[in-house]
Amino acid sequence: MELSDQLKQTLDALKEQFPKGLSVLMPALHAVQAEHNHIPPELEQPLAAYLGVPAEIVHEVSTFYFMFHTRPVGRHHIYICGNLSCWLRGAETLRDHLADRLGIQPGETTSDGRVTLSVVECLGMCDHAPVMLLDGEFHPDLTVEKVDRILAGLS
Amino acid sequence: MSERILSKRFGLADSHTIGVYEATGGYATARRVLQELTPAQVTDEVKKSNLRGRGGAGFPTGLKWSFIPRDTDRPVYLCVNADESEPGTFKDRHIMEQDPHLLLEGIIISAYAIGCHQAYIYIRGEYIPQIRRLRAAIQEAYGRGCLGRRILGSGFDLEVAVFTGAGAYICGEETALLESLEGKKGYPRLKPPFPAVVGLYGCPTIINNVETLANVPAILEKGGDWFAAVGANRSGGTRLFGVSGHVTRPGVYERPMGYSLKQLIFEDAGGILDGRTLKAVIPGGSSVPVLRADEIDIALDFESVAAAGSMLGSAGVIVMHDGTCMVRALQRLIHFYKDESCGQCSPCREGTGWLLKIINRIIRGDGRPEDVDVMRDVAEGILGNTICPLGDAAALPVISFVTKFRDEFEHFVRHKRSAVLAPVK
Repeated sequence: MELSDQLKQTLDALKEQFPKGLSVLMPALHAVQAEHNHIPPELEQPLAAYLGVPAEIVHEVSTFYFMFHTRPVGRHHIYICGNLSCWLRGAETLRDHLADRLGIQPGETTSDGRVTLSVVECLGMCDHAPVMLLDGEFHPDLTVEKVDRILAGLS
Repeated sequence: MSERILSKRFGLADSHTIGVYEATGGYATARRVLQELTPAQVTDEVKKSNLRGRGGAGFPTGLKWSFIPRDTDRPVYLCVNADESEPGTFKDRHIMEQDPHLLLEGIIISAYAIGCHQAYIYIRGEYIPQIRRLRAAIQEAYGRGCLGRRILGSGFDLEVAVFTGAGAYICGEETALLESLEGKKGYPRLKPPFPAVVGLYGCPTIINNVETLANVPAILEKGGDWFAAVGANRSGGTRLFGVSGHVTRPGVYERPMGYSLKQLIFEDAGGILDGRTLKAVIPGGSSVPVLRADEIDIALDFESVAAAGSMLGSAGVIVMHDGTCMVRALQRLIHFYKDESCGQCSPCREGTGWLLKIINRIIRGDGRPEDVDVMRDVAEGILGNTICPLGDAAALPVISFVTKFRDEFEHFVRHKRSAVLAPVK
C-alpha cells in the first residue's frame, strides 16, 4: 500500500507548517485518516519514510490516541458520552437504545459497514447532556425520540 | 448585574466574527499595548491583577510568565491549552464558539509580554465545530493585520497555528500537551525543568488555558487593580462557572470570584431538577473532592473552596440529586481515569485498574466486606506518587466519595444492591 499523490501533497504542506521536531506526525495521521477512514497498518511504513519519522513512533502515536482508528470504522461514527454529567441525565438509556436499534454493542460496527457506535468520555458539552458527536457535529439535549430521528436521517 | 469580562459578547448575533468583535471595541487594547507599553509593563499589570490559571491549578499567570529566562537567544513559545476534557467542564468551548477573537487578542498581548512570535492552540480533537470556528477567526485576523508580520501598526510579529489533538485527556496536562505537540504520545514530563525554561522543542514555553488568556485584554484595558478588585481573596476577576447534572438550567454563568455556590445552583441554574432534593456537588470538575449538600454554603474562590476541603479547579460544577446512586456515580469517574491514565506511572496505571475492578464487583453484587477500605487504600497509594496530577485526580474523588457516602458503599456490599434503587419522590 502506498501514499496517494493527493495525500503526499497534503503532507508536504503540513511539513511546511510544522517543520520542527516530529510535530507533523499528528496532523499527518489526521490527514491519512481523512482519506482512508482509518489508519491502515500497511501505511505506517510508507508514512514514516515520507515524513522522516521512525516507524515505531508512527505506530506508537497512532495507537495511543483513541480518535485514531487502526481498524475500519463505519461511514457514520457515533460518539455517545457516558461520563458523569451525561450519565446523570440518562446517557445509559440512550446507549442501550442505540445498541438495540443498531444491533451492535458499543465499540462495534454494523455488518453493512454503515455505523460505528463508540461510548466515549466527556465531550465538553455537559450543559447539553446527554450528548453525542456524530460525523463531526454535536447533537445536544438528546432524548430517545431525538436519537430515533437522527438514526432515521442517516444514509 | 455582575461584571461580564468573558461573556459580554455571548448571545450577540455573529459574535464570533471580526466585524462584530471590532465594532464592540475588539483589538483596540492589543493595538495600544503593542504601540505604547513594554513587555515588562504588560507582565506587571497581569501580576497586579491576581489573574490565576483557569485550567484547574490556579497558578498566578504573571508569575508564570516571569519565569521565562531574560534575554534568551532561543525562540519562546506560547501554547494555548484548549484541550478542555475535564468532566463537567465546557467553558473554553463557549469562548471559542462565541468569542474566538477575544482569545486571539489575549494571545497577542500575552505573546508580546513573553517575547513569543509563534503560538500554538492545542485543541481537543472532538471539538470539531470549534476547530473550524477558530481557524476561520485566525484567517480573519491575518486578513486584518492582527496576526502575521508587523501586526496592529507595531513592529511585532506573531504567527498562530491550530494543532488538533486526537482524544486523550492526559494532553490537557501541560507537559503531555508539549509531548503531543512534538508528535509523540502524551506522556507527562518530570518537572523540573519547568516548561518556562525547557518547554516545546527544548525552548522556553508558556502554557496557558483559553479562559486565562481571554481575561488578558480586559486587564490591560481597565488595569490590574480593577481586575483584582472584581475578584475575592488572592483571585482576581470572574469565572465562567459551568453548571451541569441535576439542575433546571445547566449552562455557563460568568460570576465574580467568591460568588456563592448555593446561589449559583439554586438561583442562576434554577435549582434542582424536578423539584428534588440536593445530595452532592462536585465544585471544580470531576477531579476534585465531592461536597455533601450540607457543605455547599461556601464562596467560590480558590481559598474558600480549599477551606471546605475541595478545590475550585476548572469551575465545572456537577450537581447530583437524591436519586443518584453514589456508588454508580463514582464508577463513572473511576472508569474515566482508568481509561485516560497514560500508563506511564505504575501507581496510576495499576491503581485505577484495581479501583475499577473493585467497584465493578461491588455493583455486580460480588463486593467483599473489606472492599470499601481497600478502595481507599489503593487511592491513597496513588495520591502523590505519580509524575503528573492525573493520579491525584483519580484518587481524590474516590477518597471523598467512600468517606462521605460510606453508608451507601457498605449498603451496596452488604445487600448486593444500591441504597437508591427506589428513589424517593
